[in-house]
Amino acid sequence: MTRTVAAHQAATDVERVFREVYGQAVATLVRVFGDITLAEDAVQDAFVVASDRWRSDGIPPNPAGWIITTARNRAIDDLRRSARGRELHELLGAEASTLRNPGDHDWGEDGPVSDDQLRLIFTCCHPALRTEHQVALTLRLLGGLSVDEVARSFLVSESAMAKRLVRAKYKIRAANIPYRVPADADLPDRLRSVLSVVYLIYNTGADDPERASLRSEAIRLGRALVELMPDEPEAAGLLALMVLSESRVPARTAEGTLVLLGDQDRAQWDRTMIDEGHAIVRACLRRDRPGPFQLQAAIQAVHCNADSFEATDWPQIVALYDHLFSVMPTPVVALNRAIAIGEIEGPGAALTALDAIGPDLDDYHLMHAARGATLRRLGQRDTAKAAYERAAHLAATEADRRFLAVQIEELAEEEAFFRHR
Amino acid sequence: MSQYLLSTYFVEGAVEGTPSTPEEMQTFMGRVIALEAEMDESDAFVFGGALHGPDAATVVSSNDGDPVMTDGPFVESKEHIGGFYIINADDLDAALAWARKTAEATNHPIEVRPFRATGRVEDWHGEA
Repeated sequence: MTRTVAAHQAATDVERVFREVYGQAVATLVRVFGDITLAEDAVQDAFVVASDRWRSDGIPPNPAGWIITTARNRAIDDLRRSARGRELHELLGAEASTLRNPGDHDWGEDGPVSDDQLRLIFTCCHPALRTEHQVALTLRLLGGLSVDEVARSFLVSESAMAKRLVRAKYKIRAANIPYRVPADADLPDRLRSVLSVVYLIYNTGADDPERASLRSEAIRLGRALVELMPDEPEAAGLLALMVLSESRVPARTAEGTLVLLGDQDRAQWDRTMIDEGHAIVRACLRRDRPGPFQLQAAIQAVHCNADSFEATDWPQIVALYDHLFSVMPTPVVALNRAIAIGEIEGPGAALTALDAIGPDLDDYHLMHAARGATLRRLGQRDTAKAAYERAAHLAATEADRRFLAVQIEELAEEEAFFRHR
Repeated sequence: MSQYLLSTYFVEGAVEGTPSTPEEMQTFMGRVIALEAEMDESDAFVFGGALHGPDAATVVSSNDGDPVMTDGPFVESKEHIGGFYIINADDLDAALAWARKTAEATNHPIEVRPFRATGRVEDWHGEA
């Protein structure tokens, strides 16, 4: 019995280590061999070797270094056997001839390995690749998710996801998408693209228990980016935004139904994450180079700071949304601003603001949910019900649909109550 | 070093954004001449040109030794290649930078496509 438990624990540890070192190992092998598919195959081979050996001998002190060295030796062996490989092998020359035993090479955590990961994420998120390919590559190559796991995260079949990955890797090779951190002049634009991919991964996992692991993967990537680029305040802003959103997850649903911010049990919010998020936001404020992610994080920080919904500093929230709208003038930002205005000036002002942006967001369920809530506060039950019904029709998650069904039911009950009075 | 095709498209016989007055034409030509000079200086320029419209095209098929000629372009489409550059670039980022400059100079979207192989077949067929 004890043996079974210990073996299971060993297997779980090995799985965890694989997930942690996969991205590092692939990134380093891509630098050495200049070929993503070759790198992936070699790292998978090394995991097969490790999976046997580590379960009996235990996990070595530097598992990433062990995997990288084993994978490199494997790749070189394979290359020697193929014609194309002999050329590549000659090209690699001295590097390939100085083989080392697994584990005796110093692949430090913050040495060349981290730089490789940074290069790889910029390659995966290159703007010449379409967004869904950027996301799939990032999860597969840096997150170490299996093709099937990536496929399930985006509700497509495994074969469709495999094709997507093959196509993206083909373009990287054919078009010669570089494997490097962009020059300073291009960095702000290119970093935005990387950060939005990570945030998209986080949001894909939002409020869906089936895909919750995407949120932790996004936070892990976000932490790695902050470590790798400590001077980029937007990377810090994204991490704070994700950590602060994550802190409220335990309170955001109850029995599978969405709970609005105003009704959440704030005692369930994760204080450790809130403290971490607040510390990052404060550091961003001191740095004073605001950007869209830092401003969104600051808004979340104000919410997390309030002991109750009523105690929220709404004027501060509206001011932050104004600032955010000036750098990111999207209808969704305008929508959130309109909702915040409703908390200060009342539902009439909110409705005016919502109607002004309504046509832009006609397909967005939160627009109709916000109109429903505002109309209900104004006592316009029929139009409120219609808005909630439209929101329910557009909503993507089960938790949202359940919440909206409750609102519609309550409105029908109120209607009946007033009619029979 | 890779080579890329930067191409622009005619849409229904006209390139959108093409200058209409002589003054506009002059500034347009000035921008394109400056771009090509810059490509030359960087050894990026390989070849380039503007094509006549698809109405001037002829398709020739070998048809098992009995050649057939067809008046008009191969693809029936509203869009046809209007002009192109072939450039040298270290990688896609460098090619995209030239494409951006070309798009600015010509005021028209530019498609960037990598060559799989260039030059004479006998020089590269062994690599494939």
